[in-house]
Amino acid sequence: MEELDKEYYKAERKADWRNKLRKEIKSKDRTKGIRVQMPESDPTIRNKSNIEVNKGLTLEMAMSESSRCLDCVVPTCISGCPVGTNIPKFVKYIESGDILGAAKVLKENNSLPAICGRVCPQEIQCEAECIYVQKLSKEGSAIGYLERFAADYERESGNSSIPELAESNGVKMAVIGSGPAGLTVAGELAKFGYDVTVFEALHDLGGVLKYGIPEFRLPKDIVDFEINTIRQMGVKFVTNFIVGKTATIDDLKGEGFEAFFIASGAGLPNFMNIPGENFNGIQSANEFLTRVNLMSGADANFDTPVHTGKNVVIVGGGNTAMDSVRTAKRMGAERAMIVYRRSQEEMPARAEEIKHAIEEGIEFINLVSPIEYFADENGMVNKMRVQKMQLGEPDGSGRRRPEAIEGSEYNIDVDSVIIAVGVSPNPIIQQSMPELETTKWNTIKVDDDMMTSIPGLFAGGDIVRGGATVILAMGDGRKAAHGMHKYIKKTVLV
Amino acid sequence: MFRIVEKEFLSENVVRLIIEAPYIAKSRKAGNFIILRIDKKGERIPLTIADANIEEGTITVIAQRVGVSSHKLCTMNVGDRLLDVVGPLGKATDIANVGTVLCAGGGVGVAPLFPIVQAMKLAGNRVITVIAARNKDLVILQDEMRKYSDELIIMTDDGSLGKKGLVTQGMEEVIQREKVNEAVVIGPAIMMKFAALTTEKYDIPTVASLNTIMVDGTGMCGACRVSVGGKTEFVCVNGPEFDAHKVDFDEMMTRLNAYKNREAAGYSEYLKSLELVLI
Repeated sequence: MEELDKEYYKAERKADWRNKLRKEIKSKDRTKGIRVQMPESDPTIRNKSNIEVNKGLTLEMAMSESSRCLDCVVPTCISGCPVGTNIPKFVKYIESGDILGAAKVLKENNSLPAICGRVCPQEIQCEAECIYVQKLSKEGSAIGYLERFAADYERESGNSSIPELAESNGVKMAVIGSGPAGLTVAGELAKFGYDVTVFEALHDLGGVLKYGIPEFRLPKDIVDFEINTIRQMGVKFVTNFIVGKTATIDDLKGEGFEAFFIASGAGLPNFMNIPGENFNGIQSANEFLTRVNLMSGADANFDTPVHTGKNVVIVGGGNTAMDSVRTAKRMGAERAMIVYRRSQEEMPARAEEIKHAIEEGIEFINLVSPIEYFADENGMVNKMRVQKMQLGEPDGSGRRRPEAIEGSEYNIDVDSVIIAVGVSPNPIIQQSMPELETTKWNTIKVDDDMMTSIPGLFAGGDIVRGGATVILAMGDGRKAAHGMHKYIKKTVLV
Repeated sequence: MFRIVEKEFLSENVVRLIIEAPYIAKSRKAGNFIILRIDKKGERIPLTIADANIEEGTITVIAQRVGVSSHKLCTMNVGDRLLDVVGPLGKATDIANVGTVLCAGGGVGVAPLFPIVQAMKLAGNRVITVIAARNKDLVILQDEMRKYSDELIIMTDDGSLGKKGLVTQGMEEVIQREKVNEAVVIGPAIMMKFAALTTEKYDIPTVASLNTIMVDGTGMCGACRVSVGGKTEFVCVNGPEFDAHKVDFDEMMTRLNAYKNREAAGYSEYLKSLELVLI
């Protein structure tokens, strides 16, 4: 946390209403409260439908949970938030009963609070830095649940606020990609007074929020609502427009755009390059989820087909693997299986997703890695050969390295396989701009302001990180918006 | 945007549409394709850009009626708007003056071949074009091809137009007769496989343009993957053109059939639903 911010948070904490609220309940009594449990849909019902798994807190639950927050002198939770949300302030607004006020605070730093409240890994971010976890060995304040509550309450109230915007400066800014990083930059730049246009390659807005994350975890109308708020801030959206293809960055400069933010995402799925991987019935998680989420392939009224089966294996242990396996289950898989080469402890998926998957009847086949696929006479996968693994010494990621156990191979009958072993950066922008400096992983190189090797051209999210989370992409977006503002002040608004 | 300004059936099941898409008209190059969507429930359909007119801001696509989506496309009329058109996608054809270029197209593959023939000719090459179809009613774009080819050879299975025989026979004839520096082959996978085998015998560098199944067309899904020289490649971002001698056409043919049964069933159901409406 920067010094300036610290002073600001301290001053805000001294506001009369917060002083008064703190005194209403003794800290000692506050710590006696037990962390609220998120109400969930019945696993045996939800695993056959797209209803949202987490149902959200009631007003009573939210107010009671918010009273656990001690409104600390040094709010360490904020330093755990990639977009720097003023957490104690919004939580205390909830405690005071001013939920719309809480929602406004969220929007000061975050254009997508209802999304973050659902998909952020709070347990390793803000909530991990909470004094309850750090000093009291108790469960942290349920910041994520409260964020979702405030954002949902505001949306459902019909009194949604639009963040305050600076006076228009008429400077045109282009954002490439409408995923979490792009939307964040667009919202922040609009607040600074810029004339912002977002260019999206697909026919629908939201990037991974639309094509990747399933309805049961993030309802699409909530994504649309938050995008609409950004639209109401004056941001323009152009779909079906691939920068680098439909028009180049130079073409757009010719149309008056002064600075650019590239957030084209990690759109290139990795495969394992093992024999038989190109048989039919084997697809990337991106393909499977795109067919289901973006193209509504599971709905017979839509034209796009999607392949699934009775015995479905998902290879991988991340959030995308969990999203895929739970989607396959919902589409009628009898056995929906995770095949993961390490143990459950090392799984990169959020603990909550793993818990939900287990409740929904997902099978976990851990410490196993695929080595070959087999197909029937039509080229449709019908069997996979796997090898058992054991964990050796920790590798570069700090997790214990999986090692193959010779002679442990066996077969699993499958009729559908989904590969969720990570993604690589989308190559389109780099192909169209050979002068742009990239890393050996083909991610775009940026400086501390998120500016690339080309002045005026910024980048963030997975195209820089190579495959991370929604909130880290949004953190990049906030940083880049400030970097772009600084750049424009130096070059255009002098 | 994306209004249909002209529509013409080139054969019973092959339609040519000219669509307003000014950005794409300006930025497209030979070899590029687009993805379009007819309506909210529609698939994303990849189609090669057969031609473009920068002044009018239009692109030309040619589609064959094979299933629900292409059937719907064939029933659209002048003045109708497509919901989405995005492109130009894929890498452009490598166009250079190499001497003599043999361009071979089969069936509706003649459509994506046309801009390449045109660009090869404008680059100063001697262009010999072989186009093939089952019969004379299915031969498309012969006038356009003739205009940009030093020689046009038409092959039909039944001999109802041009010579009787397969595309490979027409190719052999040219290769036997004169030095060919490069070949381009586009058509059904089986045709490209044998066309590639033909030029391989004579060591002629050959590219094939692949029409695999796609969803997003921007590298995101991997539905379009093929093995080229033993390595998996994504047709949408690293193609659609590859060294024809290295493409695993058998694998490609299998992959093209991934949704065949489902699509055939869907199509007959769709046709039945149309009949019900008519009754």
